[in-house]
Amino acid sequence: MGLSGFNINLASVMPEILTTGLAIVVMVLDFFLDRKRKYLLGYLSIIGLLLILPVAVMTAEKTPSFGGTVMSDAFSAYFNVIFIISAVFTTLISVDYLKKTGLERGEYYYIILFATVGMMVMTSANDLINFYVGLELMALSFYILVAYRIGSSRSVEGALKYFVLGALSSGILLYGITFAYGATGSTNLNAIAAGVGGAEGPFLTLGFALIAVGFGFKVAAFPFHLWAPDVYEGAPTPVTAFLSIGSKAAAFAAFLRIFIVAFPGVQDQWSGMLWLLSAATMIFGSVAAISQKNIVRMLAYSSIAHAGIILIGFLIYSDIGTAGVMYYLLVYLFMNMGAFAVVAHLRDGKKGAVIGEKISDYRGLVSQHPILALLMALFIFSLAGIPPTGGFVAKFVVLSAAISAKYYWLASIGVATTVISLFFYAKVIFYMFMKESEVVSELPGTGVCFNIVLFCTAVGTIFLGIYPTPFIDLAMKAVKPFFM
Amino acid sequence: MTQDMAMASWPILSILIFLPSVGAIFILFLKKEETELIRWMGLGISLLVFLLSLYLPLTFDASNPGFQWVEKAVWIKTFGIGYYIGVDGISLLLVLLTTFITVVCMLASWRDTTKKLRAYTALFLFTETFSLGVFMAQDLFLFYVFWEAVLIPMVFIIGIWGGKRKLYSSIKFFLFTFLGSLFMLLGVLVIYQYHGSITGVYTFDSTILALTPLAPAVQFWVFIAFFLGFAVKVPMFPLHTWLPDAHTDAPTAGSIVLAAVLLKFGTYAFVRFSLPLLPNASMQFAPLMIAISLFALIYGALLTIAQKDMKKLIAYSSVSHMGLVMLGIFVLNIEGLKGGLMQMVNHGISTGALFLLVGMIYERTHTRMIGDYTGLFKHMPVYGVVFFIVMLSSMGIPSTNGFIGEILVLIGAFKAHWFYAVVVALGILLGAVYILWLFQRVFLGDYHYVGGRLKDLGLRETVTALSFIVLIFVIGLYPKPFLNVMDASFTKLISQMEQNYKKAELRGKTSNVTAGLSDNIAATVKETER
Repeated sequence: MGLSGFNINLASVMPEILTTGLAIVVMVLDFFLDRKRKYLLGYLSIIGLLLILPVAVMTAEKTPSFGGTVMSDAFSAYFNVIFIISAVFTTLISVDYLKKTGLERGEYYYIILFATVGMMVMTSANDLINFYVGLELMALSFYILVAYRIGSSRSVEGALKYFVLGALSSGILLYGITFAYGATGSTNLNAIAAGVGGAEGPFLTLGFALIAVGFGFKVAAFPFHLWAPDVYEGAPTPVTAFLSIGSKAAAFAAFLRIFIVAFPGVQDQWSGMLWLLSAATMIFGSVAAISQKNIVRMLAYSSIAHAGIILIGFLIYSDIGTAGVMYYLLVYLFMNMGAFAVVAHLRDGKKGAVIGEKISDYRGLVSQHPILALLMALFIFSLAGIPPTGGFVAKFVVLSAAISAKYYWLASIGVATTVISLFFYAKVIFYMFMKESEVVSELPGTGVCFNIVLFCTAVGTIFLGIYPTPFIDLAMKAVKPFFM
Repeated sequence: MTQDMAMASWPILSILIFLPSVGAIFILFLKKEETELIRWMGLGISLLVFLLSLYLPLTFDASNPGFQWVEKAVWIKTFGIGYYIGVDGISLLLVLLTTFITVVCMLASWRDTTKKLRAYTALFLFTETFSLGVFMAQDLFLFYVFWEAVLIPMVFIIGIWGGKRKLYSSIKFFLFTFLGSLFMLLGVLVIYQYHGSITGVYTFDSTILALTPLAPAVQFWVFIAFFLGFAVKVPMFPLHTWLPDAHTDAPTAGSIVLAAVLLKFGTYAFVRFSLPLLPNASMQFAPLMIAISLFALIYGALLTIAQKDMKKLIAYSSVSHMGLVMLGIFVLNIEGLKGGLMQMVNHGISTGALFLLVGMIYERTHTRMIGDYTGLFKHMPVYGVVFFIVMLSSMGIPSTNGFIGEILVLIGAFKAHWFYAVVVALGILLGAVYILWLFQRVFLGDYHYVGGRLKDLGLRETVTALSFIVLIFVIGLYPKPFLNVMDASFTKLISQMEQNYKKAELRGKTSNVTAGLSDNIAATVKETER
């Protein structure tokens, strides 16, 4: 094969290239800025990312490139937009957050950018090796980000757990990839699909089963969720938000492509396997969240429960189910980012200047900060799936896909766990609105960056609930090629 | 289907739905200190909506059984979801009840509430928006959105301005209704998918869905799912346990809106969706539903007799009254249905008024225990007279509105089986017992109240109460226009039910037959069915 066989097409990977370039620029500039002015790097990366956003939208044309290892299409473009927006929001909250906690260091910003590049590479990878490289880039960035509060033992503990379990899961994933390669003779997704002939014996099953385990780790599905609560609690809150949104979306996107493109021949097998994973994750996540007293841990378990519901759309293997996953992740970006933004503002700071992180600390928030309480209620209602918020429409799409594919039991479990989840969501609302606070503490005002994030996420959460049509259509169009 | 839908020249229904919300948002931007302005704004907006809603009965075409003032727009195209609202003879009275009760709520909380007044007023207006949406939505998805959304303001009203156990009561209310309605959502999705797979038309439009009924076996499960959603709201035994708590702990206006408007959601939804969409399952389940209703009627009345707290007493009486409504619906004849709907309106008026009256005395004394008062008639004659008239209405004495509903349900029940009528009569009798006994203990005898002499009703209170009295006698003495309104729609509903019943039977049979035949024949049968 000559060089032409590689069909090098830089335009198709332009978002990745530009984001990498941006990260390098930020990294270099970091050397020339003193400690007090590191926040400028944050603004620079936000502006850069916003400029990259239209480029990401423009790469929605389906173009296989680099010898078929990269596939940039509407699907990857959709997710690239999610990654970029979540990175922008994360950086915006971080600027104030780092100032407040005294953690201002330049590397924070470019590591977020590198994590974003990793997510993008994962999503557009059409080859298992390529995918693995992207995954590791993202994971390594997150290991550093989670450990960022080096003074805090919780942060270090969380990071260590995340690193050890993450490395283990990567190993298992790699092991699965080798089996898939052994069974079909290729790491290219299309070639694997073509190679599945039914005569592979247990090796192919072992291959995708182990890949599914790696996937379970990344999206924190039961029983591979063990790292999530500790890591969420220990990491700086903006990183937690990014981890729960960006990394989850990337994992879902990449594994969707792998399972749908590479393993459609054994779809009934992996669907059955994921059925169990989904049901267990939903039940475990919502039940375990009830007893949580720390709001970040509660949100961690809630995000586990959400992963279970998103899995329903994943395993159905239909255009509407897959579009449901995409839409859910878009809504999840706004509502979860909003909730974490409020939490980030209220925890981790000098004593007296913040409320804290216990759910009971939110007692009477409405009288101290009515707008913050109202927005938090909006995000919580959306997470609980109550109309007219985006969370409701997202659940609706996934459940309706489940019903159309005749997964009645799974849909019923989804509904039942949604009701269970109301217990812990309602608790936050009850503390904020219906209990009076004993101590009246002056809360610091919210900064401009923070207000931008709150405003955008609130508008997004409501808008996606009231007028979801264009986004659902976009998702439907993006997944159409997979099911032709 | 389209010819009997008169298109509105201006979107009166949308204006009715969203005007309260616009007003609510406006109120939220007022200054906290301007309490009088906030109160007057709230009253003004609700009054404006009420007056606007009077446009509906004035222009209502009683001979038209279909939806009037219809508005239709595509909302979420991918799923065939539309913004489809309309009012027919079944929902018209309930719409008017909602707009009327909201005005009453504003008046009832004039002095009662001072804490966080802006949010309080706004939440009631939001409740009005969502309630009107429930009664007008003809698209199942839209209906579900309104149905669920009404929970949010209601939970806050109970939880923030409620009584002693407000937290417990509001979370119980929240969980019960949320659980029920999510299963209803599953039922809706099943109908949607089933209809789509048969006809190829994926839509949530209930009028289109009603053209092609589901196979009886599917109806069975969907009915159970709908039942879970609707019965919680009614509330039917044994899902009624949230009701006494929520009603007792809600602020006065909250209790009024809960009893008068929110309790109607369940029974209305049974009439609107369960009967035409699931006729076979409705008939199949009718004996069970009647049994539960009769039981609730007696059991609710017995529970009521034992209450010592006035508000709790009225709350429990709702269980009994709503049992009567459910009975009227599920005897499945036109008298029963008309009686059921009439009784929904009557219950809204009489129970709303009772909660209002109890709220008035609670405002003065901060106690609701029956044992704390005797002989109130002596110093509060106006209050006593108003209470007496409302009591007559609640008992169903001739010349009051309660009589019209009860007699119709009784006729309907008798037509179905004489035994039902006997139980209904017994239930009505028990209903007289608790309310008469309440009146005797509180109003008759020598005056006694620990705090001394109580002031009689003021002007605002008298006006509010009088509006109820007027309604009680207007409906009681001249019910014809009210019954006329629903005639055509119910006649259509029943014929539609019968048609759908037969169609579904046929579908059930053909699918059984074709199960044994080759796919080829099955396909042709399906073709002909289309």
